[in-house]
Amino acid sequence: MLAADSTGFADPVLDAQSTFRTLMDAFARPGSVQRLAPRLVPPAGLAIGLAAVALALCDHETAVWLDPPLAADREVAAYLAFHTGAGLTTDPREAAFALVSDLAALPPFGSFSVGDDAYPDRSTTIVAAVSGLAEAGALRLAGPGIDGERQLGVAPWPAHLTGELAENRALFPRGVDLVLVAPQAVAALPRTTRIVEAR
Amino acid sequence: MSASDAETKAPTPTLPRKGGGSGAATDGDDWISPVLKDNRAGTAEEPSPLAGEGRVGDLRSRGATATGYNFAYLDEQTKRMIRRAILKAIAIPGYQVPFASREMPMPYGWGTGGVQVTAAVIGPDDVLKVIDQGSDDTTNAVSIRKFFAKTAGVATTTKTAEASIIQTRHRIPETPLTEGQVLVFQVPIPEPLRYLEPRETETRRLHALADYGLMHVKLYEDIARHGHIATTYDYPVEVAGRYVMNPSPTPKFDNPKMHRSPALQLFGAGREKRIYAVPPHTDVVSLDFEDHPFEVQRFDKPCALCGANNVYLDEVVLDDRGGRMFVCSDSDFCTSRREAGHRGEMAADPAGAGRP
Amino acid sequence: MYVAVKGGEAAIDNAHALLAHERRGPEEIAEIAPEQIEHQLALAVDRVMAEGSLYDPALAALAIKQARGDLIEAIFLVRAFRTTLPRFGASKPLDTAAMAIERRISATFKDLPGGQVLGPTFDYTHRLIDFMLAAGVAPPAPAEAPAETSAVPRVTDLLGGEDLIEREAAEAGEPVGDLTREPLDFPADRDLRLQALARGDEGFLLALGYSTQRGFGRTHPFVGEIRFGEVMAEFVPEELGFAVPLGPVALTECQMVNQFHGSAERPPQFTRGYGLVFGQSERKSMSMSLVDRALRTREFGEDVVAPAQDEEFVLSHCDNVQATGFVEHLKLPHYVDFQAELGLVRMMRAEHAATRAEMKEAAE
Repeated sequence: MLAADSTGFADPVLDAQSTFRTLMDAFARPGSVQRLAPRLVPPAGLAIGLAAVALALCDHETAVWLDPPLAADREVAAYLAFHTGAGLTTDPREAAFALVSDLAALPPFGSFSVGDDAYPDRSTTIVAAVSGLAEAGALRLAGPGIDGERQLGVAPWPAHLTGELAENRALFPRGVDLVLVAPQAVAALPRTTRIVEAR
Repeated sequence: MSASDAETKAPTPTLPRKGGGSGAATDGDDWISPVLKDNRAGTAEEPSPLAGEGRVGDLRSRGATATGYNFAYLDEQTKRMIRRAILKAIAIPGYQVPFASREMPMPYGWGTGGVQVTAAVIGPDDVLKVIDQGSDDTTNAVSIRKFFAKTAGVATTTKTAEASIIQTRHRIPETPLTEGQVLVFQVPIPEPLRYLEPRETETRRLHALADYGLMHVKLYEDIARHGHIATTYDYPVEVAGRYVMNPSPTPKFDNPKMHRSPALQLFGAGREKRIYAVPPHTDVVSLDFEDHPFEVQRFDKPCALCGANNVYLDEVVLDDRGGRMFVCSDSDFCTSRREAGHRGEMAADPAGAGRP
Repeated sequence: MYVAVKGGEAAIDNAHALLAHERRGPEEIAEIAPEQIEHQLALAVDRVMAEGSLYDPALAALAIKQARGDLIEAIFLVRAFRTTLPRFGASKPLDTAAMAIERRISATFKDLPGGQVLGPTFDYTHRLIDFMLAAGVAPPAPAEAPAETSAVPRVTDLLGGEDLIEREAAEAGEPVGDLTREPLDFPADRDLRLQALARGDEGFLLALGYSTQRGFGRTHPFVGEIRFGEVMAEFVPEELGFAVPLGPVALTECQMVNQFHGSAERPPQFTRGYGLVFGQSERKSMSMSLVDRALRTREFGEDVVAPAQDEEFVLSHCDNVQATGFVEHLKLPHYVDFQAELGLVRMMRAEHAATRAEMKEAAE
């Protein structure tokens, strides 16, 4: 059942392009906070940033995993099916994309696909909704795409994720890539990014 | 940013028609078959129900163009597939991401990979520059620039500093790139190990193991034989300390420009179906040996037209008696310098020095 | 003076205008219509459809006209058109046993159910230039007979009854690969190999097939059967749930039967090489089936020793649109890289001369 007042991108072609371009900038400059103000109305249970990323990148060629709160919301499944055609999977290892509404309850990165040494690209991109992102804060980051170091504030930041990301970095070139969406903002922590310090 | 006026619109050519026969109309875009413009799947007047998801432009979209094609030619499903590959490429610097390259309306080997990457990235606010051999005026650069002016309606420019996306074949501009710019390389053979090991199954294994011994042996054999490394272009680099990557056949002169560039560098190989990337501020190190460090080409003279030193020069043969001049390969760089009053030794005659 | 390397938009536009003019040719000669190409150069149309991998005779005919008869160029036009078409889904598997036969021959049996049907073929013609064609003489009406109503079973099905030939059944529920939607990965399964071969260049496959006959990967082939005719293509729309006919598709199918002595796992039995192409092209379908069998070498526990058995070699190079693009791209400007090589050769020549001079000095 599709929520009556939900809509896809106002301009399916150009809004998909601008959302992707914002994501590309976020991946190219890990930890930078990019403005993301998509013109769409998701169902109540789906953060607008998650909806925008899904509509920009997912289709029938990508399996999508939903975290339990999203999976339990029928409007979310109906919305994604209608606007993307993506198939849902309950096995995180099969997912090209994982949409996460509750970052604190995220299963270990190892439960998703991290690819293999020959095909490290066959991995899951985890897209998680948070309440706030800021270009200053607890995380000091380094790695490709970062000139020296960069700070990122994520609210809320579950402390165990710092260790998870370090383990993920050690798997390189295998690993998952993490995208964080907040209302009107997005930041990415691809597998190359090191957390120098988390205060 | 403003693009030069002459470039913002695809001009409507008025052609002298020899013979005036009733042959197929030529509107300067012969790479697009006229049959593509028929109404099999909808027209500007009568949109197809598949508009936006098919090959026909979504006419609800501000990006719908007069060609009857989707914005930037590719259908949305194809763009999503390429966009997913680009994000993976950025996340794994130097790793060649396989992608389902489409048949483009220009031949394989002529920039189909670069064109697909540009088409997936470009938006209506972009300003596009296309160069081949460093020049905006070479035939293939003109053809690709017109393709995007027509199918995406974007502004185009020849000025490196004004462009948000630069698609290139064989060169990196002399003007340093800046934060926010995207450089898209057209790549014929993405696999740096291909000429040493023709099998994909084997090269994939070597990359997985980060086993680049073959490449070092090859370069060292050069030194043993010639006293120096005899690779002058497509010179292999190591990206972010992990993958060995082909910079596409740019002269090795351009390799240092890739190192910690503030611009995002994307590489598209259409026929070989690979996309790879170097994020901004990323280490790109040309392979070498302690006793034989990497060196770039040097030219004895400055550019004969603008007097620039430390740039890559083209040798122009002037006559059949050994007369030749050396001029900037980067036509925009050379023009800008001359506009700023710089003169080389053969630029005394402004008519001969200027662009036609 | 410094203008030689500047192409310029005007020059390109003028080149295109001249191309259109040359395509038309002298005005006093009637312009050829796509319908004439479609019906009178039908085998050229068939090749363009097969290697363009799009079944649309009218479009292929137009492409041939636009390409001035250059078939690889026409194939390229069709491919570039095909790639932008929306996908509605996959048709049901074509049932070639239900083909409306126009031609059907077997080299392995003297006679068989359904009989040998010669159909329209060059095979028994004397290759003498027919000057009457230049004059435009109407041909006599062909002989007619009531349509064959009895079944025309495939030869391989007849052999299959005795288990003399390997059984072959699609894995139920296994999706069929599509190399135009997923990048080809090695080792490739047979579905993808067959797709690549069906799109592959006729000349390249002909030469590879020929090479297997000359000992570069011998497969001991017999033509079990070649059949040409129309088969109905059917599609099951999701919303209907039952098959609707899309229209007839003309196909040539070749089933090559190959001797196999058996291995530890498999008893001796005949094996198959398969060829299927749009339209009428026995040369292509036979070449394809020879190469298909050669590419199954590893599957039968045999050693890969010949080019036709080498999957990466064959699949990476059989596509003529890719091949022609990359070969012809050499005519694009390469002067930047050539300049780098010029510099290197000059330097190495200078070093060489210096070394020689030193050696000469040392000798004196």
